Amino acid sequence: MSDEIVLTIDGREARVAPGTSLMQAARQLGLEIPTICYHDHTTANGLCRQCVVEVEKMRVLAPACVTAAAAGMVVHTDSPRVQRARRTLLEMLNASVDLSEAPELQEQMRAANADPQRFPGAERRAPALIDDNPMYVRDYAKCILCWRCVQVCAADAQYTFAINFDGRGYHTQIGTFFDRPMPETTCVFCGQCVGVCPTGALKGKREFLMEQGLDPQAVLAQTRRGRKRRLPVGVPEEG
Amino acid sequence: MPSSEISQRQITTFIAPFDGCGRESLLPALLAAQRRFAHIPEAVAVRIAHALGVPLVEVHGVIEFYSLLTTQPTGRTVVRVCTSPACSMAGAHETLRAALKTLHVKEGQLSSDGRFSVERAPCLGLCEHAPAMLVGERPVAQAHASRIGTILKGGGARPRGRVFGHTRWLTDRCGVVDPASLREFRAREGFKGLQRALSLTPQQVIAEVKAAGLIGKGGAAFPTGVKWEGAANASGAPKYIVCNGDESEPGTFKDRVLMEEDPFSIVEAMIIAGYAVGATRGIWYIRGEYPRALAAARTAVAAARRAKYLGPNVQGKGFEFELEVRSGAGAYVCGEETALFEAVEGKRGLPRIKPPFPTTFGVFGKPTVINNVETLCTVPVILRLGVEKYRSLGTPGSPGTKLFCVSGDVARPGLYELPFGATLRELLFDHAGGMAGGRALQAVLMGGAAGAFATTEKLDVRLTFEDMKTAGLPLGSGVVMVFDERRDMRHVLVELGEFFAEESCGKCYPCQIGTQRQLEVLQRVAHGSPMRGDAERLQDVGWTMTDASICGLGQTAASAVLSAMRLWPALFELQSQAA
Repeated sequence: MSDEIVLTIDGREARVAPGTSLMQAARQLGLEIPTICYHDHTTANGLCRQCVVEVEKMRVLAPACVTAAAAGMVVHTDSPRVQRARRTLLEMLNASVDLSEAPELQEQMRAANADPQRFPGAERRAPALIDDNPMYVRDYAKCILCWRCVQVCAADAQYTFAINFDGRGYHTQIGTFFDRPMPETTCVFCGQCVGVCPTGALKGKREFLMEQGLDPQAVLAQTRRGRKRRLPVGVPEEG
Repeated sequence: MPSSEISQRQITTFIAPFDGCGRESLLPALLAAQRRFAHIPEAVAVRIAHALGVPLVEVHGVIEFYSLLTTQPTGRTVVRVCTSPACSMAGAHETLRAALKTLHVKEGQLSSDGRFSVERAPCLGLCEHAPAMLVGERPVAQAHASRIGTILKGGGARPRGRVFGHTRWLTDRCGVVDPASLREFRAREGFKGLQRALSLTPQQVIAEVKAAGLIGKGGAAFPTGVKWEGAANASGAPKYIVCNGDESEPGTFKDRVLMEEDPFSIVEAMIIAGYAVGATRGIWYIRGEYPRALAAARTAVAAARRAKYLGPNVQGKGFEFELEVRSGAGAYVCGEETALFEAVEGKRGLPRIKPPFPTTFGVFGKPTVINNVETLCTVPVILRLGVEKYRSLGTPGSPGTKLFCVSGDVARPGLYELPFGATLRELLFDHAGGMAGGRALQAVLMGGAAGAFATTEKLDVRLTFEDMKTAGLPLGSGVVMVFDERRDMRHVLVELGEFFAEESCGKCYPCQIGTQRQLEVLQRVAHGSPMRGDAERLQDVGWTMTDASICGLGQTAASAVLSAMRLWPALFELQSQAA
């Protein structure tokens, strides 16, 4: 292969095809770079920055998921700068939302030597659970804003465009058009958003009810409703 | 007006001009709706979505992102009180309280007659007139609490030019000509730079800009000629010239002054850039909180079009250049070039991952040159004076002149045009009249909220890119905000922290969460009750934002805080003796 790219990752030589990301290049050497938001089937946006690596001669750390390997790059995936950023990011995230149903993130916390109590007194994002349809519940107190649900609802998969973002900055949240309940949106209840959620913020209604201790009959009674008539989108309410 | 009072007929009339315009008209449509209905009712958002072919929920996401767009009714006149440091030091919080009390409202609430609502605003770019406010689209200077009754009745001081300095290359026309008059512009060297450019080949124009050593004056200090060359060599059409007039860095007001008082020079510069780069489209993006600059720009563009400086055949020279003025909608982050492109495209203003860079993949995915207002205004000067004359001022590394935005505790706040290489001491004491009230200097914030503090030992640093870099200070956008001995720097820091927490777009985790965690620690520090380990927390949060954020906002959100920690470490420590 003549257009092969040769670079150095943690002192080892990597040979990769053009267009390979640093994350993929490291994987070829058996190095697993931790990540939070990255998913093989959604567009990588470099949000969580947990996959940052130090590339010599670059001013700032580079997100491995969206940084293309280039000839001669010298990459350090576990330098002190990288460790500080990873640990601090996990500590800040843990102070923001409920990660109790995100075992992978808890494992990353352990691996990064992150202190779960690093930011006492931090304002948490803790909105009330939204239970507005028979198919799934939304508990955004667990949402880490990885964007996967919004992406699969839009052009990464379903083209449904039922959900997007409310607010901005720390107070960003996933929301519907004018906060409409899900049955009044374009949602087709395909379930893809639930499938890609990494933290249990989105959960099938039956799973949710069974966790609450309901017996199967009671669960069925709450989730097998007759077909609901849906309001056409965009029809203003009376008044 | 309340949603219930809006008829379908009113909405139909409103929506007609936008029908079929496409997503790029989303921000203009939403801004027009906000102006027409004092908020964006759900029924209007639905019609906008259908007219422009944008998914409903994405329209909602865009409304939610920008601070000038609301889903809840505002007063017919929104009173915006600037509470960033320069105004805060001059009494903005007293002004805010007085406004709320006079109108018997809380922040964001409507007055009983629906006429007014009151909000605090991030820096309005009127720092030389502090405390400042916007009443609807009317800027008010020296808006002290005692004057609030007069101001709300339509009175109050109008901001008048405070432009100083004895070498007026960029500001020669400011305050002298009628900014709406093409004739007066031309009478004072206007379009001479363009004339000269058109006598050269596009390649020669770029060569002159490079030879002049022009460096971007918006904060990032990138060589302008290199940027132009990159876009000129890129393939793709049409190419775009974007003027970044989204000036929002707290303490910065230079671009506002240029846009309000000499708008034709920006038109001239953009035409030159278009000719040099082979771009046929121009977008002049101005922050939504600059109503006077927006009006001046629109007037100038219309006049230039009538005079055939814009259009399919500029001055009969056989090249095309069209120019459109676009308003921002309230988002500091849109000063970041790729976030600005997203806003123009009708999206939430989130910075993109780079590369690709704007020169190859800019607005609408086309090759784009995006330059700051002051940078662009320098281009006609270079072409008119010639490279040799231009380089006769300044230093080899920083030729020409620079605009400095001086605010805070100085005798004569204002916009100062000085040759690069003057010292900070000369700027403050020879030009700006020294400290107000003769008090002692404590610190100067250089480069804005995203900058760093300097103390008296840095007064003899020369104001050039290279000297400032050696001294570990950013020149940034030319902010020089002065604090005297009385000021509690912890309160200044908390205001900067509030600013970044409010303005973070929320895309990448370091900035989204870090600006909030930083604010929380700074609040404890300001209350004099830091927790054990807060200094280390600030360092970890600060360096993580600096090192791992996606764009310049996050990468500099801790810059001033980290510089304060170096200068005044005791401020951040537990004061165990205090109790």
